[in-house]
Amino acid sequence: MTPATESYITATTVICRNKVIQNGREILNLPEEDLPGFLLAVYRNLEVQYPKFHKMDLLSKMGWLAAECLLDGSSLNQRVSPQRIGVVLSNANSSLDTDLKYFETTRVMASPALFVYTLPNIVTGEICIRHGFKGENAFFVQEEFDADLMQQYMSQLINNNILQAGICGWVDLLGQQYKTVLFLVEKEARGLAQPFNTANIIKNFTTENG
Amino acid sequence: MVKLMSDLKSQIIAQLNLQDVKPEEIGDDQPLFVDGLGLDSIDALELIVLLQQEYKIKLSNAEDGPKVFKTVRTMAEYIKAHQAQNA
Repeated sequence: MTPATESYITATTVICRNKVIQNGREILNLPEEDLPGFLLAVYRNLEVQYPKFHKMDLLSKMGWLAAECLLDGSSLNQRVSPQRIGVVLSNANSSLDTDLKYFETTRVMASPALFVYTLPNIVTGEICIRHGFKGENAFFVQEEFDADLMQQYMSQLINNNILQAGICGWVDLLGQQYKTVLFLVEKEARGLAQPFNTANIIKNFTTENG
Repeated sequence: MVKLMSDLKSQIIAQLNLQDVKPEEIGDDQPLFVDGLGLDSIDALELIVLLQQEYKIKLSNAEDGPKVFKTVRTMAEYIKAHQAQNA
């Protein structure tokens, strides 16, 4: 069993029910928007220029936006080598939302731009490209969020000095049902400085805002 | 030709989801790839789809791609030449 307290949750971001919650604080709530409109509004609210965002599928947009919020002000890249920052994500619906949209396009003409997003781990790639992360990454497809697995997998990577920091969590979407919960996990106790254990993961995952 | 280039600019923006770009910001002779609009290889495939969907033109030789998709003007010239051939 991997020791549970050698690393810390230093930041969290939750995106669900048309809200963005950063470190437990609601920073955006747009109940009237549909999902594409909501994600576009979150992007505009961040005031970043990243034209590639508009080409991403909804799953990648949501994970990318959550990572932007999560890393906001963390100066992670200045403190940790890119080779020692990883991303470990999971979800229940894989890339099914985009798979279905891609399948629809094949009736007329298959869309290459959609085809490239018909894998769930593309969202990890988009986050890594944006922030220059070059460490270990993984994507698990599970029926439900498994806090134990996430804790053990990330802790193993950190305790074995493969990673010094990483983003982990849940990025799930199908139709209008979606939920993203990301954790920034670091060896040093900074920011929220919550011990990275299953209880804290579950607490953040099931927060009343989330 | 001017109308065709204007249509192409709007179609490129729609097909490639270039939400931050306006048609008038794309120059007729501005390179579409690398230094110009910064399009990538997936965008090139989408441009092939655009030609097929909007103009019923199949790019028969993939090696023609870089020449055809160099600028909006070269795309328009290719379409015109193809339409003249099939008139």
